[in-house]
Amino acid sequence: MAPERITRADVEHVAHLARLALTEPEIEELTGQLGDILGYAAQVSALDLTEVPPTAHPLPLVNVFRPDEARPGVDRDEVLAQAPATENNRFRVPRILGEARG
Amino acid sequence: MSAATRNGETAAEIAAAVRSGTRSAREVTDAYLGRIGAGEEAVHAFNLVTADAARARADEIDAMIADGHDPGPLAGVPIALKDNLCTRGVATTCSSRILAGWEPPYTATVVERVVAAGAVPLGKTNLDEFAMGSSTENSAFGPTRNPRDPSRVPGGSSGGSAAAVAAEFAPLALGSDTGGSIRQPAAFCGVVGVKPTYGTVSRYGLIAFASSLDQVGPFANTVTDAALLLDAIAGPDPLDSTSIRAEWNPVISAVDEGIEGLRVGVVTELLDGIDADVAARLSEAVDVLRAGGAKVGDASVPAAIHGLAAYYLIAPAEASSNLARYDGVRYGLRVDGVDVADMNAKTRGAGFGAEVKRRIMLGTYALSAGYYDAYYGQAQRVRTLVIRDFDAAYRDFDVLLTPTTPTTAFEFGDKTGDPLSMYLSDVCTIPTNLAGHPAISVPFGTGANGMPVGVQVLAPALGERAMFRAARALELGAP
Repeated sequence: MAPERITRADVEHVAHLARLALTEPEIEELTGQLGDILGYAAQVSALDLTEVPPTAHPLPLVNVFRPDEARPGVDRDEVLAQAPATENNRFRVPRILGEARG
Repeated sequence: MSAATRNGETAAEIAAAVRSGTRSAREVTDAYLGRIGAGEEAVHAFNLVTADAARARADEIDAMIADGHDPGPLAGVPIALKDNLCTRGVATTCSSRILAGWEPPYTATVVERVVAAGAVPLGKTNLDEFAMGSSTENSAFGPTRNPRDPSRVPGGSSGGSAAAVAAEFAPLALGSDTGGSIRQPAAFCGVVGVKPTYGTVSRYGLIAFASSLDQVGPFANTVTDAALLLDAIAGPDPLDSTSIRAEWNPVISAVDEGIEGLRVGVVTELLDGIDADVAARLSEAVDVLRAGGAKVGDASVPAAIHGLAAYYLIAPAEASSNLARYDGVRYGLRVDGVDVADMNAKTRGAGFGAEVKRRIMLGTYALSAGYYDAYYGQAQRVRTLVIRDFDAAYRDFDVLLTPTTPTTAFEFGDKTGDPLSMYLSDVCTIPTNLAGHPAISVPFGTGANGMPVGVQVLAPALGERAMFRAARALELGAP
């Protein structure tokens, strides 16, 4: 069931899941706003739809296949030129395991 | 009076003149660039005007004509592109700081197609960041103003494209529509806007917002011009696995077929909460259709009233997944952190605006453990109900009629403090996206404040030909 209200802890938890660094005022504001919006959206959770199957997509597509043939893709140098940092034709990132997070 | 006489020359007229050699593409392009130069500062329709590339492309079109080649059905017609359509080597921002300065390594199929049809791209138009919004107030680069009244919003998210066509900066524009982002700004700016059947227009190179709902479509000053542009972009694309594989049946030949015997249903559930002036125009639209020979009755789509709530769970859920790619690794902004996770979070915190953060949070919450069934799962079931109710209505009717929006264009700041009130402006346009159906907004008179009113024609999947017939009748009979 839907919760009665969204707490600050909910917002901090979801922000972590979404990898979003939020400021204090943003956390404050989102706590109220998400509660309002989810309160409105909760009208769908109140409906009895046990007999109704879900729709994920408007087209009845299952699998779409194409021939397994090599074909040109986007240009590597053009792609790498857009990256914030590269090294040896690869994307360069900070260390994976830091001290801030386990 | 037809829209053409209000807004000067049509795309069809330009293409005919360029193809016959009576006007040069360069002359046309220079005229539109001149209008942009004179009016853009007041409107801010564009994030980027590519004047040099436009002139070079126009010269190529003229060279083709001189060599006896036909440049295509959009020969020499200037076009504005929403800035969420990828253009190789040309900045594509989605009006977001997180993509500022990014130059895509490939071009969207729809852009390739309009260029192959002879069109001349003039630049990239402003939008609500990542197409999330209904006013362009969420653009990181400042809002677009409504050319009909600069104190009012142009609508959104494709507000720049709608304003560009309304201000005659371009006779045609491309936008994208996830919950009404073409039709709502078309209504607010007094132009024609089309959301095609899901899968008819390629999404390859359209930067994803909510992939099961997003669809690219045309803006134009006339219904015929919108048909011309839709025919140029529709049809299967091997680069989009959700593209419908059947060949496109062109709509241009249907536009002037008339509406004798066409069965039109007015959706009663979507009349609640509509402003009186908008409701009055809708009632006049019914009279116009009846006078043209259509059979008009009341239609019922009961689940439409839950469409908005379902949409504001489904679209953010899909967005939270699609926007996970903006992580500071491969393109766009990076804000350094002590490790990768910290860099990801700081980059996203600094790069996304308030509405995008709100949707990502909403979607992540709706998909998170413990809430998935109550929110996202239920919303997907409502989506089934909406489709079933439309299917039932289309057993009795060929097309359906609603207002495009509950109100005319509102003023800046009216709804920015209350996200839910902004979302409610999409109530009439959203059910179509949930069903994957086509819809068109046609200008039909003005409201009490003198701002344009849009009337919306809906059709079942691939029912565009009947939809355009009704739209043309409304255009001809508009006050």
